[in-house]
Amino acid sequence: MLIPRVPVQHRRLLPDRRLSGPTPWIVAILMMLTLLAAAAGVGLARAANAIGDAIAGRVTVQIVTANPMTRAAQAAALRRAADTAPFVRSARTVEREELQAMLGQWFGSAEGDDPLLRSLPLPALVDIDFVGGDRAGAMAALEALVAREAPGARIIPHAEWLGPVARLIRSLAWIAAGLVLLMTLASAAVVIMTARAALGTHYATIEMLHLIGATDRQIARLFQRRIAIDTAYGIALGSLVAAAILLLVGWQWSGVTAGLAATASLGPVGWALLLALPLLAIALAALTARQTLLAALKKML
Amino acid sequence: MTDAAPMRPGGAMVEFSGVGLRYGPDAEVLSDISFNLQPGSFYFLTGASGAGKTSLLKMLYLAQRPSRGIVRLFGEDLVAMPRHRLPGFRRRIGVVFQDFRLIPHLSARDNIALPLRIAGVGEADLAGPVGEMLSWIGLGERADAFPPTLSGGEQQRVAIARAVIARPQLLVADEPTGNVDPDMAMRLLGLFEALNRLGTTVVVATHDIHLISRIENAQMMRLEKGRLSDPTGALRYPPNRA
Repeated sequence: MLIPRVPVQHRRLLPDRRLSGPTPWIVAILMMLTLLAAAAGVGLARAANAIGDAIAGRVTVQIVTANPMTRAAQAAALRRAADTAPFVRSARTVEREELQAMLGQWFGSAEGDDPLLRSLPLPALVDIDFVGGDRAGAMAALEALVAREAPGARIIPHAEWLGPVARLIRSLAWIAAGLVLLMTLASAAVVIMTARAALGTHYATIEMLHLIGATDRQIARLFQRRIAIDTAYGIALGSLVAAAILLLVGWQWSGVTAGLAATASLGPVGWALLLALPLLAIALAALTARQTLLAALKKML
Repeated sequence: MTDAAPMRPGGAMVEFSGVGLRYGPDAEVLSDISFNLQPGSFYFLTGASGAGKTSLLKMLYLAQRPSRGIVRLFGEDLVAMPRHRLPGFRRRIGVVFQDFRLIPHLSARDNIALPLRIAGVGEADLAGPVGEMLSWIGLGERADAFPPTLSGGEQQRVAIARAVIARPQLLVADEPTGNVDPDMAMRLLGLFEALNRLGTTVVVATHDIHLISRIENAQMMRLEKGRLSDPTGALRYPPNRA
């Protein structure tokens, strides 16, 4: 039971005023930060996984033969051969216009119709996605295919240049997980301090209750209930603010449809985790308060 | 919950043998204390301030373990008793503190009901005994008053009512008349005497030598510099009251 049941008459043993003063507010702030860090961690982890999946099985074959006719022919032959290869999920020739448009952003010509740009000897590119499973075997088979259809072409695994980005994102996700852990520990520390302060404030009442035959469990339940309610208020407030922030960010994020940012989302598991965190926090607070109280009461006769 | 076992018939309610008590590394505040308290008896504990009366009472009401010696209560060794068994014994002891120790945010009624509630008595079964007790101490009209609004004598009576409502087998009172006028002191003593007639063993610590003569058959324990004075041996080898 997260908040223990205590008869109404027993609850009056503690004064009506809040035990812990600033505790609900501190817990609210910590809970909000915990949820935001958890959301960031989940989003980044999912983005890193999505990028990892995308780049792990993707290569670009770069054909740099000097003769443009030969280059185009080799690209077309490679594309046809790849389309029928069992280890290839999909193959796509990157059109010259697409390359020119991309380069145009650096040449100051967004449309790619710059005469200088058109005069550049651009390589022919073929993007190939492998089917899952034996990636090393697929790579070896592709190398054989390229050697046959486009001798001299380079195979560029996307993991070579996107891998560090995925690792960076994954590191950020781990940092977010670390922050969640640290803030959880900080919340537990707040509960411990609150429990000890409550025991100090009400020492005379506790001593009296002991002397008339109250057990440690009876006394601990009184304080545990009050501390659990205080922290539950804080957790609810922090969760509401965090939910509002996440919804706002999610609404703005929904407009991002391209690039790496589009791969970041919470997903059903992420949302379930975020919903479970406040309940876990209340349980942790109640358990921490109970253990702190019982340990302190055991030091009394 | 492990409750205390019933006392064997004819046995002493309290047995102290060679008991010493020291706080920390200091010298003993009580030394070589040995006595037996018989069920249904009335005892006065006297001695000068600082003689160790409160320390002795603390061991009687289980707020303090001795540093050495043997203490048996209701036939069981309390020195070696595990802590979790103490609440069961404490429920058989009523305590009246010199400074009352009422819970200030509880009404007189709730303060008196506290031992029964702690013992798990249901609300339906509480109203009768608490009402009777309030009438007995003459505070029926002030049942809902809070301790800070009660006079010293009224607070003392509430403290006594709280100590006796669960019909304890042993009642321990530390200077119960120290804060009240002589008339009230006699009335409170009358309450203790009435309880004693109902079978409760009573131990009253007091400076007031005049009180002692008011109770017939009361025995006296005198503490001098942490040692119990018992020249007649009546405490160590009490007469059989059967």
